[in-house]
Amino acid sequence: MTAAAPVEVETAARELNPRRFKVAPYLLIAPAIVMLVVALGYPLGWQLYTSLHHYGLAQQFGRPAEFVGIENFATLFGSSETWTVVIRSLIFCLVNAGLTLIIGLGAALLMKAVHTVVRLIIQGAMLLAWATPVTAAVTIWIWLFDWHHGVVNWVLAHFWPSMAHYNWLGSQFGFYAVATLIVVWMSVPFVALSIYAGLTQVPDEVMEAAQIDGATAWQRLTRITLPLIRPVLMIVALLQVIWDLRVFTQTRMLQDYQDPLNVDLLGTYIYRVGIGRSDFSMASAFSIFVLLLTVALSWFYVRQLIKEDN
Amino acid sequence: MPSLRKTLVAFAAIVMAAVWAFPVYWMVSSSLLSNVTLSRSTPTWFPAGGTLSNYRAVLADGRFGDALWVSLRVTLLTVFVVLIFAFLAALAISRFKFRGRKSFVLALLFIQMLPAEGLFIAQYKMMATTQLLNSVIGVSVLYIAAIIPFTVWMLRGFVAGIPAELEEAAQIDGCSPTGAFFRVTFPLLAPGLVASGVYAFLQAWNEFTIALVIMQDPVSRTLPLWLRAFIEGSRAREIDWGAVMASSTLVAVPVIVFFMVVQGRMTSGLVAGAVKG
Repeated sequence: MTAAAPVEVETAARELNPRRFKVAPYLLIAPAIVMLVVALGYPLGWQLYTSLHHYGLAQQFGRPAEFVGIENFATLFGSSETWTVVIRSLIFCLVNAGLTLIIGLGAALLMKAVHTVVRLIIQGAMLLAWATPVTAAVTIWIWLFDWHHGVVNWVLAHFWPSMAHYNWLGSQFGFYAVATLIVVWMSVPFVALSIYAGLTQVPDEVMEAAQIDGATAWQRLTRITLPLIRPVLMIVALLQVIWDLRVFTQTRMLQDYQDPLNVDLLGTYIYRVGIGRSDFSMASAFSIFVLLLTVALSWFYVRQLIKEDN
Repeated sequence: MPSLRKTLVAFAAIVMAAVWAFPVYWMVSSSLLSNVTLSRSTPTWFPAGGTLSNYRAVLADGRFGDALWVSLRVTLLTVFVVLIFAFLAALAISRFKFRGRKSFVLALLFIQMLPAEGLFIAQYKMMATTQLLNSVIGVSVLYIAAIIPFTVWMLRGFVAGIPAELEEAAQIDGCSPTGAFFRVTFPLLAPGLVASGVYAFLQAWNEFTIALVIMQDPVSRTLPLWLRAFIEGSRAREIDWGAVMASSTLVAVPVIVFFMVVQGRMTSGLVAGAVKG
């Protein structure tokens, strides 16, 4: 019955009461707004406050926090540890997003080129990977890369015997390699299926005309297909960058399994500083930095969605 | 030789499909094998002679039931509240013009992009202050707020797709406003509500980051945290991979089934504007 009331108000208001007409939409969005303010707005405010105060272990036991202005931010960005994490995260993000886009584009082109049956097989496989919960996915990949009994090392040992018991998660490089594989495996399906949807919109006549005019397959791809699906490419690229910058579950769970040290990315770093060291001021300041970065990166995407809304 | 080229392309597609499906296959296959078989130096490619004993062992352990119960309560509460609140807000933004509408939509879209790591320290402090750490209510409140924005955006499309004139026509034909809503609009909206409900379900059921911070007590673990405990426990002892893969399968299979239901709609919601160009 809850759902019935608003429409009733709307229809009645439209005919009878111009003043209630104005109140109705605010009543309708009020519950959502209350939830957002309580669960996101309040923590955001606390975070802003805390990032400008000194807040450590002593404050946990009730000492009032002292206002320090932007000192926390100065300390944060004066430390080389912060910059290492930021730069490492950017590189990780760009490598992952780049690989995902290239492989996703390749998969989409394959889907377009093959027979329907084959296309359904590849789409089914992609959906399977996409649907797998991230915690299950990380668990599977740890098992695949297990150094003694993992199937990956077993295969690699046929070509390079020294790989038989290679401990992937014991080194920084191996850790990022496995994390990248998990992220790319999980992200390619969305990219591939979105680009494929874009490819189906490219008119066949255009491609045929180009072929008759003597354009090679490569020319048709770079001069016709890619420019035509540019809007989709831009959106999935942007979303991928934003999502790969916030990677948390994969790296955190890999670290739970085996931590080769110095592999923190943005999310796991905040977790370590905030939950591990209880240094709430620093964690807050760093969180605000991450939030600002996300908002800046999201700008273009949100603008596109708003365009659609109008 | 166009036919050779076509065969090669099809072959590449099949290889790609195999690579993407393999990890899921490997999970299910390993879950049916004993730890002795899994520890052999050569992998067992087909689980011939496999048994369900790993599943029996996992289900017999009370911790799975506990985590399932926590996950069920959190997810159902979240889906229920999200659907009602998001539906009301979607009605507002698709059927009304009002001051602040644009800012509200803008805020929703930005909030939807915010990473959980950007707020979870503050949310942890808030829950600690209000004694809601390790509680179903506490984590659900955070989930509801995190899921509402995209759900409103998704439902907005469905509501906007149903012309208000339909309802008016029903009223002219003698329906009461409530009757018109339930007999005309609501049935048309049902697919949208189901899709949004499944979306909210998947988000809450799979969520890891917020749960990791809020539900630290072992007895209040959700299913993803329960699965993580196996991985974390590996530092103390050898992992029983058969049991862990059975656990992964138990967590993943319901999700994969549900996911197939809404996949198409979720994709179109995310890139709808882009495809139209």
